Amino acid sequence: MPNLVGRIAMEALLSPLLQVSTMDLLALSPPGWGGNLLRGLMNSVYIAAGAYALGLLIGTGGAYGKLYGGPVVRDLLEGYTTLVRAVPELVLILLIYFAGADLINRLLEALGYTRIDINGLTAGIVVLGFVQGAYATEVLRGAILAVPQGQLEAARAYGMPPLLMLRRITLPAMLPYAIPGLANLWLIATKDTALLAIVGFSELTQETRQAAGATKAYFTFYLAAGALYLALTLVSNVIIARVERWSRRGMPSIGGPA
Amino acid sequence: MTTEPSRAIEFAARSPWLQPHRLVLMAIAAILVVCAATFMRWDWLPNYYGLALQGLWRTIWILVVTCALGFMLAIPLGLAQVTGPWWLSAPARAFCTVIRGTPLLLQIFLLYYGLGSLFPQYPWIRESELWPYLRQAWPYAVLALTLSFAAYEGEVMRGAFAGVPKGQLEAARAFGMPRFTAFRRIWLPQAIQRALPTLTGETVLQLKATPLVAAITVVDIYAVASRVRQDTFIIYEPLLLLAVIYMAITGVIIFLFKRLEARIPTRLG
Repeated sequence: MPNLVGRIAMEALLSPLLQVSTMDLLALSPPGWGGNLLRGLMNSVYIAAGAYALGLLIGTGGAYGKLYGGPVVRDLLEGYTTLVRAVPELVLILLIYFAGADLINRLLEALGYTRIDINGLTAGIVVLGFVQGAYATEVLRGAILAVPQGQLEAARAYGMPPLLMLRRITLPAMLPYAIPGLANLWLIATKDTALLAIVGFSELTQETRQAAGATKAYFTFYLAAGALYLALTLVSNVIIARVERWSRRGMPSIGGPA
Repeated sequence: MTTEPSRAIEFAARSPWLQPHRLVLMAIAAILVVCAATFMRWDWLPNYYGLALQGLWRTIWILVVTCALGFMLAIPLGLAQVTGPWWLSAPARAFCTVIRGTPLLLQIFLLYYGLGSLFPQYPWIRESELWPYLRQAWPYAVLALTLSFAAYEGEVMRGAFAGVPKGQLEAARAFGMPRFTAFRRIWLPQAIQRALPTLTGETVLQLKATPLVAAITVVDIYAVASRVRQDTFIIYEPLLLLAVIYMAITGVIIFLFKRLEARIPTRLG
């Protein structure tokens, strides 16, 4: 008897969740919304990867500028990193999104071309990459400082050109120190793509919001999207652990047998 | 004997702010600010003055409340992961992983739309005294931000609890100190001291997370700026002012935590 009462109570509690079969809602083909969610996830991953790559480029340049640049370059970069890290990403995204599109269009008009519509994907990548660049600058700067400086001096003493030295010595040597920070940045990049939902770009969160709004099955879709994001994070963690082990190859480990 | 100009140069060389290139940069920045103040449109400002103050107050209020509640939640979360039995540490770890592995915006939507659509279906919730609050948006915003802060800070507290030298706790036990007293007097204070520098950064991150509550109709300072944009079609000015306001709040947070850190005695070996 108590079993039956328990089951009835359970069903009463869950009934709002079970109005339509969850599997039907999440089906991949059109009556279900699963395909839309997966497309959103793909867009999110594209943007995160693009923004991360752009951020790494900006970060490498920024770290070099902060370490080896002249006083003016250093101060400007300090301003960039401080500013970007003190202002919410959401505000920055709106500022760059509006200002960037406006500036490009004004430039095009001044040069006699017609206005263009900035593609959402490109805009997202540029905006998030600009934000990521500030954080990457700080991570890479710390990592370069952690490399035994004699190695860099030795490379310079051999007369190695700067770019070759960056590729052969600085980047590989700093990687083990940079990986934990860079891994964090990648996870932040994947989660920051959700902010683009605010400007209406159809990445995972936006697709989820539309699906949930259309079907009123809020719990189902938000939980499904959460599971997708979580899966992305966990898969990333596995890959990051591999990359970290690879970047540390040949380095003696401190914490006992590896 | 030193003459006046050479002393001035010496002073300039010692003060990091008075180097020539900094003076030029500061002058350029000042010109930019003056240009922004004179050539951009600020005539909307008086109309939204009251609303902006209200929004600012709401942002700060949400920040303080969620940080305080989240930190209180973070202490048991960190402690459970360090010393708890598996049936406490496993859920604590899972909670931290799930919250840190999904975007905050999604969590806010899940709580607001998910719980918000679930609650009205139960009459006993609709008739309860909490219902007037559950119909508003801010309790969900506060809940989501609190859980998020607790998860991130719980991870920090785990490291801080684990980092307290074991000899300290053994000494407390050797003195015959009861377990809770040892926790209150020895373990917790030292863990908080270790976590304090990270706590500053986490608080700034929490401030940067607060504008997300505007997505569920809580009118914080960010929402006020959005409304100005929608009402007047002025795009840049409210956003620039908003950025300045957030930078000012960040500055205040860093200043306050520096004061707090300075009050805790440290011995540098």
